[in-house]
Amino acid sequence: MRHIISILLENEPGALSRVVGLFSQRNYNIESLTVAPTEDHTLSRLTITTVGDDRKIEQITKHLNKLVDVVKLVDLTEGAHIERELMLIKVKAAGAQRDEVKRTADIFRAQIVDVTSTIYSIQVVGTSAKLDAFLAAISGITILEVARTGVSGVSRGEKVLSV
Amino acid sequence: MLIRALHDEGVELIYGYPGGAVLHIYDAIFNQDKVEHILVRHEQAATHAADGYARATGRPGVVLVTSGPGATNAVTGIATAFMDSIPMIVISGQVDSSLIGSDGFQETDMVGISRPIVKHSFMVQNPEDIPNIVKKAFYIATTGRPGPVVIDIPKDVTDPSRKFKYAYPESVKLRSYSVPAKGHTGQIKKAVEILLAAKRPILYTGGGVIQGEGSALLTELTRKLGYPITNTLMGLGAYPATDKQFLGMLGMHGTYEANMAMHFSDVVLGIGVRFDDRVTNTISKFCPGAKILHVDIDPASISKTVAADVPIVGSVTSVIEDMLELIKLSETKVDRKALDLWWKQIEGWREKDSLKVVSAENDVIKPQQAIQCLYEITNGDAYVSSDVGQHQMFAAQYYKFDKPRRWINSGGLGTMGFGFPAAMGVQLAFPDAVSVCVTGEGSFQMNLQELATCLQYNLPVKIVCLNNQALGMVKQWQDMQYGGRYSHSTYSESLPDFIKLAEAYGHVGVRIDKLSELKQKMTEAFALKDRLVFIDVMVDPMEHVYPMAIKGGSMKDMILSKTERT
Ligand SMILES: Cc1ncc(C[n+]2csc(CCOP(=O)(O)OP(=O)(O)O)c2C)c(N)n1
Ligand SMILES: [Mg+2]
Repeated sequence: MRHIISILLENEPGALSRVVGLFSQRNYNIESLTVAPTEDHTLSRLTITTVGDDRKIEQITKHLNKLVDVVKLVDLTEGAHIERELMLIKVKAAGAQRDEVKRTADIFRAQIVDVTSTIYSIQVVGTSAKLDAFLAAISGITILEVARTGVSGVSRGEKVLSV
Repeated sequence: MLIRALHDEGVELIYGYPGGAVLHIYDAIFNQDKVEHILVRHEQAATHAADGYARATGRPGVVLVTSGPGATNAVTGIATAFMDSIPMIVISGQVDSSLIGSDGFQETDMVGISRPIVKHSFMVQNPEDIPNIVKKAFYIATTGRPGPVVIDIPKDVTDPSRKFKYAYPESVKLRSYSVPAKGHTGQIKKAVEILLAAKRPILYTGGGVIQGEGSALLTELTRKLGYPITNTLMGLGAYPATDKQFLGMLGMHGTYEANMAMHFSDVVLGIGVRFDDRVTNTISKFCPGAKILHVDIDPASISKTVAADVPIVGSVTSVIEDMLELIKLSETKVDRKALDLWWKQIEGWREKDSLKVVSAENDVIKPQQAIQCLYEITNGDAYVSSDVGQHQMFAAQYYKFDKPRRWINSGGLGTMGFGFPAAMGVQLAFPDAVSVCVTGEGSFQMNLQELATCLQYNLPVKIVCLNNQALGMVKQWQDMQYGGRYSHSTYSESLPDFIKLAEAYGHVGVRIDKLSELKQKMTEAFALKDRLVFIDVMVDPMEHVYPMAIKGGSMKDMILSKTERT
C-alpha cells in the first residue's frame, strides 16, 4: 500500500541526506519527496510517499524515528488526510488541439499559466491520482515536459504535526 | 578546547594517529597531562582498541584521526562498533572550512562516508560550538541503544588563536532524541503471564543485556524461574556459563541442546537480542510453536525479522525489575511439573555432548584443546578478545564466560583484525588483568603492526594464535559446500615465522606443536606477566567447527560432525 509520511526535521546540514540515505541503505523505496522550511526556521517539513506492506512501513517509521534529526513523524495515510501535489506540464497545442486541451484543463480545474502560439503550460493541483488522471486524459497530445512537486499533506480535523 | 571538553566529559584515554588536519589538536595534547593519548600504528587499530576498551569497561572509547586517509582507515572500526552497538566517539580532522568541497589535499567527506555506520555525526562549524557538540556526542553515543558518533572538525575550527569563552554544559537536551526508559507496564504484565504459564520456556539473551548492565538482574530472573537460558555470541557472559541452567551458545555454531530447546519451546523470552540470521536459521521455520516475547531498548529491533507476540521497548534493567516484581504478585505460578518434563527432554539433548572433543593421533593439538587449556590456565577469568574465523567459534564454545564484558569479539560485522587491537584496549583499561587475544594466523596478519604499540606502552597482551595454516573458516565452507576446492584459502608455504616476528618487535614468541607440551608451555608463557607473548599453537588444520546449522533448515537442523547430522 502507498503511504504518505510527514516528518518534522531539524534544519541542520546533512539531515536530509540521513533520511534519504536510510531509504537506500535499507532498500526502501521513495516514490516522491518534498522538503521545505516551515514557519519555524529551525525545522523543515518533509513528506515522503512510499509503498510497502504494514510490516515494512512499521520498520520505515521506526528507523526514521531513530534518526537523531527527526523531531516528529506521522503516517498521514493512517487517518483522514488531505494530500496535494502540483504539476506543471508543457504540451503542444496548435490548431484544433488548443480547444481540446483547454476543455480538458477546465474539467480538471487546471490553469493555463503560459501560452505561445503552439504551446500551453498548464498547472494542475490535486492528489497524485488526479494528476495521473489528467495525464491520461491528454494522452493524445504531445507532452513536452512534466514537472511534479511530489506530495505534500496534512491530517484532517484537529490533528496537527508540531513540536 | 576540544581536549579540555574531553577531559570535562571524563575521558582519560584516547587512541589516535596524527596528521595535518589535527595538528592543532595534537599540540593541545602535548601541552596537558589530563587526557592520555595512545599512539597506534594504524587508524583501524585505534578504533578497535577504543572499541575493546568500551566493551570491557562500558565507557565510550575515544578515537582521534586526521582527515582523508586517516578518516577512511577508521571506517572499518566504526562499522564494527556500529554493528555491535558499542559506544564510541571518533574525532576526525577535516581540511580548512574554506577548502571543503574543493577536493583539497587529504579531503574526504567523512560525514558522508560514515553516515550509514554511525548513530549520529556532527560537522563542527564554529569553535564555540565544540563543548556543546562534544557533550551531545557523548550523550547520544552512550544512551539508548549505544553506537559510534563521528565529530568532523575542520582545521581552522581548532586554531588556538580563535579564542572563545569556554563553558562545558552540565546537561544536554535534544528535542529530537529521547531514550526509552521503562517498558509499558501492560505489556510486561502480559509477557509475565505468558512466561509463567509456559510449559517449555527458554530465555534467549544477547549483547543488549551486557550493554544495558543487566547481567545481575538477568541471573536473578533466570534462577527465580528455573528456566533454561541460552546466550548469543554477543551475549556470552551475560549469564554464568558454568551454571547448570545455561545451555551454551545458540545459533549457527551453537550447542545441540540450545538449538533444540529453542526449536521445541513454547515461549521464547528474547532480551537484548535481534533475531539475527546467524541465530534463527530460516526465518519461516523459526521456533514454530513458540510465542515470542521480545524486550529491547530499540523499537526498530523488535519485529524486524521475527514478529514479536509481545513487544516491550525499554531498558533491560527496568524491564527485568518490573518482571521480577510482577512475578511476585502474579497468581500464576511456574508449572513445576511441566518444567521438570522440559528439563528431562533438555538433559536428553545435553547427553549428546555436542562439544565433545576427540583427541587426534600423534600428539597433534586440536584447536578446541588449546582453548580448553587456555580456560584452565586463566581460571576462566581472563578478558578474551577474539578475531574472526574458526578460532573465534572455538573460543566462544569452549571458554566458559561467567562474567559479562569478558568476551570481546566482532559479532555483527565479523571483522578480521579486530582481536589484537581490542585486546590492547582492554589491557589499557585494566593494566593488571590478563588480556588474551585468541586469533588465527590469517586475522593476526591484518593488524600485526600493533606489536609496536604494545612495546611502546608495555602492554603484556597474550596472543594465542590457533595456527591452522589456512583461512580455516573459509576452507571449512569450501570443504562442505564447494567439494573441497580450496580457492585462495591456504598459504602454508608463505607463512611468516611468528616467533621471529614477535622477537623483531621486542616481544617473546613461543611455538607449541605437541599436545603433550601444550599445558606446560602455555603456563610458562602466561607466567611472563609483564611481557607480550605470542603463542603460536600449531593445530590440526583439518578441523571443522561443529555443530553447524544446515542452510535452509530450522534451528533443529544441524551438522554435528563430519559424519553425523540431525
Ligand atoms: C576483514 C575480513 N575479510 C574477510 C573475512 C572473511 N573471513 C571470515 S573467517 C576468514 C578466515 C580467517 O582465518 P584465520 O584468521 O586464520 O582464522 P581460522 O578460521 O583459520 O581460525 C575469512 C577470510 C572477514 N571476516 N573479515
Ligand atoms: Mg587460520
